[in-house]
Amino acid sequence: MTATLTRPTAPPETVRTRRDPWLVWVARYSIPIAVAVIFIAPFGFVVLTAFMTSEQALTSDLWPSSWHPENFVDIFTKLPMLDYLLNSMMYALMATGFMLLSSIPAAYALAKLRWRGSRAVFVVVICMMMLPPQVVTVPLYLMWANAGLTGTLWPLIIPMLFGDAFSIFLLRQFLLTIPDDYRDAARIDGCSEWQVLLRVILPLARPAVAAVAIFQFFYAWNDFYGPLLYTSENQESWTLSIALSQFKHLHHVEWNLVMAASLLVMAPVIIMFFFAQKAFIQGVTLTGVKG
Amino acid sequence: MTVLGFMAPALVGIGVFFLYPLLSAVYFSFTRFDLLAAPEWVGWRNYAYLFAHDPLAVKAALNTLWLVAVLVPVRMLAALGTALLLTWVRRGGGFFRTVFYLPALAPPVAATIAFVFLFNPATGPVNGFLGWLGVEGPLWFDSPEWAKPSLVLLGTWAVGDLMVIFLAALLAVPRHLYEAAEIDGAGRWQRFRHVTLPAMAPVLLFAAVTGVIQTLQYFTQAAVAASVASGQATTGGGISSTFGYPEEATLTYPLHLYVSGFRYYDMGYANALAVVLFVVAFAVTLVLLRRFREFVGSER
Repeated sequence: MTATLTRPTAPPETVRTRRDPWLVWVARYSIPIAVAVIFIAPFGFVVLTAFMTSEQALTSDLWPSSWHPENFVDIFTKLPMLDYLLNSMMYALMATGFMLLSSIPAAYALAKLRWRGSRAVFVVVICMMMLPPQVVTVPLYLMWANAGLTGTLWPLIIPMLFGDAFSIFLLRQFLLTIPDDYRDAARIDGCSEWQVLLRVILPLARPAVAAVAIFQFFYAWNDFYGPLLYTSENQESWTLSIALSQFKHLHHVEWNLVMAASLLVMAPVIIMFFFAQKAFIQGVTLTGVKG
Repeated sequence: MTVLGFMAPALVGIGVFFLYPLLSAVYFSFTRFDLLAAPEWVGWRNYAYLFAHDPLAVKAALNTLWLVAVLVPVRMLAALGTALLLTWVRRGGGFFRTVFYLPALAPPVAATIAFVFLFNPATGPVNGFLGWLGVEGPLWFDSPEWAKPSLVLLGTWAVGDLMVIFLAALLAVPRHLYEAAEIDGAGRWQRFRHVTLPAMAPVLLFAAVTGVIQTLQYFTQAAVAASVASGQATTGGGISSTFGYPEEATLTYPLHLYVSGFRYYDMGYANALAVVLFVVAFAVTLVLLRRFREFVGSER
């Protein structure tokens, strides 16, 4: 991926730049280095504070006078953090699985099949994607209250069985770039439309499927509005996001523990990013440009 | 029939989880409804209250508009700046891209809590650093004047997703255009102004529209920042009792909607707020739909 970052307007690279000692590199790149420091510094302070005593975390000290890795154990023993972690996992994994089951076929139908009304449906999908979720919050809440499911995470998981607008949009955009020749050839070989999708198109669309899966997982993992709406009254269903927002109230002002818990919430996302960086960056790019 | 097999779940989803609640939001907005008694038709009364008698709704709408007017352009400029910086860096480009992108990955609740801590007026490292420079730092999230700018800083820190989109667009500008401009004697700025910007126009428009739409929904960071900065113990009202701290400076429109519906159980009024939000967001979405072809690519 580094190669793609070569600037189009840059003068041809001379041999000399490659032999620059690292101090010259630092001087040349002082601006990007300064920006990088600003971007990374907050993480550094969070990590350092997470290892402090609760007393020291209340001071303006930057460096822990003594290191307390047991803070990361304390967040599990002082609060039912493991339950919240499992709730977050359940929400994120089920939402992602359900979304893939329902959205891949819909995206295929919108990108590759000819049918009347497809354009109208696609416009509605775009509207669903663009409109603020708060617009339909109250009627949806009433619906789930009638079904007796408020207080749980099901109101956030079940709809994923019925398609996610953003994922459908993104997958459709990617499927449009796959030439129809593949599908036509498979059809001549006697494949049904489902077989075309599963055996021919899906393997070709793997990067886009990976991207929407990661996005959905992150969305659910990071989601605050949904769990707040449906589970704030029932602590047993809280996710990490909700627990974290309440941590300071539940546990006085133990900033060291709050920071340790914050790191716990950040960790899976950042680890996943490093494993799937390429698919992720491709996916983000796909959200911003025409197909 | 095949189409129906592929589309059926999504079509049910569109109907049950989008069109039906949208229509019922419009219906409820003309009623008084507190969940206990059946909805009672009150005509335009909710709307009259919204526009004429609810100073908090006006305050919340102004806060959201402030964020639209400041957060969206600041984020776009920061994204463009960092993306340009990345095209300029040749050695270690991958490293810088990852570092610039990383904050965008931080879950919003965790990132907001971290920012409130870092910007703590008395003990936070930010004011510590400013003090070292001889500047007396503001009260940040605790000050009605600085609370929204603090949120803008938080949003700018997490600018990575937009940066990646802009970077892809910058790298997609055909190289020969730059070469032609250079032969014509165009300088660095002129090449940017007359080659880069026009080539990026569709992406910039898309980013502006989605940025406005996202900011109209701005909820999580404002809610968490207020809750953590206020430092109050939550009472029966839950987290929503601290919304807007300090002095309603961070009360965004969606927060006001949430409070109306789920703290005061004024469902009719909350739906009136929702319908107004829908109208505004839909008007912005239309900008995209009018450029349908450009936005969604080839049509079938």
